[in-house]
Amino acid sequence: MKNAAELSLSAKLRPEKAKQSLNRKFRFARRRRIAGQALWHAIMLLFAAAWLIPLIWMLRNAFLPKDASIGAGWSWDFTLDNFSRVWQGAPFGQYMWNTLLVTSGIFAVQIVTLTLAAYAFARVAFVGRNIVFMLFLVQIMVPSDVLIFSNYQIINELGLLDTKIGIMLPYFASAFGVFLLRQAFKQLPYELDEAARVEGCSSLGILLRIYMPLSRPVYLSFAIVSISFHWNDFLWPLIVTNSPENRLLTVGLAMFAKSTEAGAQWTDVSAATLIVTAPMLIGFLLFQRQFISSFMHSGIKG
Amino acid sequence: MNTRWNEKLRRNGFGWALVLPSLLFLGMFTYYPMLKSAWLSLFEQNLAVRTPVFVGMDNYKALLHDPVFVEVFRNNIWFAVGTVPVSMALAFVMALFADKAIRGKGLVRIAFFYPNMIPMIAAASIWLFLYMPQFGLFARFASWFTGSEVNLLGNPDTVLGSLIVMTVWKEAGYFMIFYLAGLQQIPKDLYESASVDGIGVLTQQLRITIPLTMPTTLFVTVVAITNAFKWVDHLWMMTKGGPDHASSLLLYYIYETTFSFNDQGMAAAMTVVMIVLLLVISCFQFAGWERKIHYQ
Repeated sequence: MKNAAELSLSAKLRPEKAKQSLNRKFRFARRRRIAGQALWHAIMLLFAAAWLIPLIWMLRNAFLPKDASIGAGWSWDFTLDNFSRVWQGAPFGQYMWNTLLVTSGIFAVQIVTLTLAAYAFARVAFVGRNIVFMLFLVQIMVPSDVLIFSNYQIINELGLLDTKIGIMLPYFASAFGVFLLRQAFKQLPYELDEAARVEGCSSLGILLRIYMPLSRPVYLSFAIVSISFHWNDFLWPLIVTNSPENRLLTVGLAMFAKSTEAGAQWTDVSAATLIVTAPMLIGFLLFQRQFISSFMHSGIKG
Repeated sequence: MNTRWNEKLRRNGFGWALVLPSLLFLGMFTYYPMLKSAWLSLFEQNLAVRTPVFVGMDNYKALLHDPVFVEVFRNNIWFAVGTVPVSMALAFVMALFADKAIRGKGLVRIAFFYPNMIPMIAAASIWLFLYMPQFGLFARFASWFTGSEVNLLGNPDTVLGSLIVMTVWKEAGYFMIFYLAGLQQIPKDLYESASVDGIGVLTQQLRITIPLTMPTTLFVTVVAITNAFKWVDHLWMMTKGGPDHASSLLLYYIYETTFSFNDQGMAAAMTVVMIVLLLVISCFQFAGWERKIHYQ
């Protein structure tokens, strides 16, 4: 403030000189802003580069010949041997198929349970709705990871240990999904409901023909979140399964990594890690925008 | 009168029928296990005591005097203290960058978010090599610093810190997403009028962005703290909780107590402790939700 007052004072006295000094001041400020921007960009891009190190490290080791990985320097050698060795060393094809079955199975059942419950919470006034709603909240607060010990016993009592159904069963209902979808259903205009009813559509028909198609983006969001979660889940599938026929990708990778002699065969483990992560990584790179916006979506509402 | 009753009955039956499938699965794998854990935690049952013996609160008392449990609990607190603020601050700064239309924002978004897309177990196997003495990139870097060979995961003093660094790498991008969403809800004219008034960029962040993203911060804090008690896969892969329990966390200790030591009473008691802990943390989230609703 003081500076400005001085400037305006000097402007009255010596207009030419004041103009010059003002110009210099603006130029200085502009230069400082550009320098600040450049620094900000540099720091952020440096961070991004640092974040990519593990990925680059994995890619490099996955394609590197075994003996070259132990050398200290950088090597440009390239090979696909690691992949063929890994593919023969463990049934990763089978694991991938299992993972695909389990994740899509969970999602398929979830769609049904979610849609029904979300519709009830959004549009059907039944006695005890608020209490049941509170009960649903509990599942969001206490995730099944914490309950592995008792859930294992239940799966055991049901005789479903080491089955794919055993892996899927605890996730067939998702309170989180119900919340997400209930919000979407509530935002649909009530008039649609009435119009359809006048046309003679049943409640389930309305749900199937109006609510579900109109909420497609929310279903997509939930699909991405649910599928990426179950594709990556480890501890529960590890506990439930013990034969290769039912093992998932994550468990297969862990077994493979533990069985190899650490150090000497890390090119193999890198290749295996790449096989396991590739589907999700490729999907993410291709549909980056959808992934990020669906996570945003689920975050805001969840 | 009769038809109204009929209508009411039909509506209630319909509503309950719709929630029943979800309720059935939730009951089987959330409510029943919770109650069962609470009940089992009152009994002693392990390899020595095959048939459960009622012991009341003894399991909880034993937990308090179990040096390993106390250490694991302390580790978990440190793990939360180490991961939560750092990953959130990074997420905030990254979101500021990725939000504006500036060069390289796509790359930053991808670089920052991709760790979230790969399973923790895969991330752990990559980082295991990065930390491996002699060959690992970070281990080489560390030994170049200290002048001697460093075993980051084999040393009780460095193991928890190493795992914290990895977790921050894995999680920060996830929280960035929430901040991105939060930033988009701030009206742009606030910044414009601030600029017109000659308020600097840093002051704008301090006075506008940070206060207006407070609901997001609250939400992310709760998610981050909850996650700090849930991460466990990396321990299985990298350290098995060692050396000497220096890196073990609560959920991993429950897993060990259940499946390695077969001590069911203690595992149940620890599960109850975890449940209570998570419920308390989640209560803060409710406060946050309440506030968010008021905003709208």
